[in-house]
Amino acid sequence: MSAPTVTPKRVELDYTGSERLTMNMGPQHPSAHGVFRAVLTLEGETVIDVDSVIGYLHRCHEKLSETLTYAQYPSIASKTDYVAAMTSEFAYVRAAEVIGKFEVPKRAQYLRVITAELQRVASHLLWLGTWCMDMGGALGGGATIFLYCIRERELILDLFESLVGARLLYGFFQVGGVRYDIPSGWADSCRQTVDVIDQRISEYERMLENNPFFMARAQGVGVISRELAESVGISGPLLRGSGVAWDLRRADPYSSYEDFEFKVPVETAGDCFARYRVRMVEFRESLKIVRQALDKLPEGPISSRPGLKSVAQTRVPKGEAYVRVEGARGEVGCYLVADGSAKPYRMKWRGASFSNLAILPHIIPGHKVADIVAIMGSVDPVFGEVDR
Amino acid sequence: MTSDQARALIAERFSGAQIDGTYPITATVSTDQWVAFARFASDELRCRFFSFLTAVDWKDLGLEVVVRVDNLDDNIALLMKTRLGPGVSVCPSIMPVYKGANWMERECYDMFGIHFDGHPDLRRILLTDDWVGHPLLKSYAVDTPHPPYR
Repeated sequence: MSAPTVTPKRVELDYTGSERLTMNMGPQHPSAHGVFRAVLTLEGETVIDVDSVIGYLHRCHEKLSETLTYAQYPSIASKTDYVAAMTSEFAYVRAAEVIGKFEVPKRAQYLRVITAELQRVASHLLWLGTWCMDMGGALGGGATIFLYCIRERELILDLFESLVGARLLYGFFQVGGVRYDIPSGWADSCRQTVDVIDQRISEYERMLENNPFFMARAQGVGVISRELAESVGISGPLLRGSGVAWDLRRADPYSSYEDFEFKVPVETAGDCFARYRVRMVEFRESLKIVRQALDKLPEGPISSRPGLKSVAQTRVPKGEAYVRVEGARGEVGCYLVADGSAKPYRMKWRGASFSNLAILPHIIPGHKVADIVAIMGSVDPVFGEVDR
Repeated sequence: MTSDQARALIAERFSGAQIDGTYPITATVSTDQWVAFARFASDELRCRFFSFLTAVDWKDLGLEVVVRVDNLDDNIALLMKTRLGPGVSVCPSIMPVYKGANWMERECYDMFGIHFDGHPDLRRILLTDDWVGHPLLKSYAVDTPHPPYR
């Protein structure tokens, strides 16, 4: 069956000219950070309508998960949001743990927190670097801040490499715990890295916020109201930038997050600058959580189900759960329906980027083409997670 | 409002609903009441945050549409469900209530072939326009051949 033919909705604004132009932005556009096509309807430089075309990176994760066991899928889960791979693994294994009531040892919970927070910092670094590079020349010659951010992200990837052996996609989480314990000396090098990054974030802030071009491109651009934010379902820094104090680590704590002290930053302006401010505070809060977790790291086993002998050994009893974690981009959720076998009956990814990207058609009309780049960057979509 | 009050209110207003749990509250309503229930969740339970919409294929028992919404002020979580019945793949759209349902219903149409009645722009979203079939149905084999990429 094919979809009924429907004329796409056009937003009419007051316009007295006669020219209307349809322009493709993408599928390969450097500011998209992935494959995303926006079909823009323009009147002069002003966008009056946008039709988003996604799905270029669809790899049928949900169908695939029905064919893979609970032991096999976590390392595939990391390929949904490949910029914050730890988070998607986290959501998936937690869903299985919640349904199966599998216990997770305290040490594993802390290790999960440490890696998830380092991952958030790494992901935010990539966001800051690429976003500022997109707005390019305005920031004093293009790639400066990008290279700085990548340099810092590299330090975190080094930490992950010495922990897991992989730099981008980890397979660190398993149902019942984590796969590896930290090697000797890791905690010290982690502390050093955290201190270095903490210092440099202040440097970036000065660099950017004293730059009138950056401020002009970020302030008052892409404003999202609270009502719109909730109705579309955007989450994470976008939602907090629109004045909602909602962080799952605080609202629906998991994996011992209640043991740590941290602030939930909220901004009320709802523009690109507000989202930038929220993320800049989150950097520091994440680093604070890593320090606390390293200080309080308990001794003990790292998994309640060590020594798996076959991939089908983990069986999850009949049941269903929706489990969510606060990822770098917002609420990363996994709705899992288990039928008692070694594979899920149905698994749904609630990708934070998918919902966040859905805000674009609501906020872009009325802006100039150049603002799309700033808005896209502030939304921080990862197309692996949008298309799944 | 607390979760218990929300539960009681659902039971009072939608007497036919099956209600289970408190966090999230799982409520199954009939398809006829679907839009009214979504509006009630948004306006009266103040569950304004739209998390996701999806479906589950229960084979002979038919399709089930699942929606998760949250009240962020009072921390109430609501999982709304409706069973479409065997062989039925039409469901009313809740897009007038939640803007986020736009893309989610398109995805659900794409993957399960559910026609959301009242959706103004029901096209495929993740798969190509010329794709044959709806992959997340249990009747769609994993190794179904697909047309060559254009």
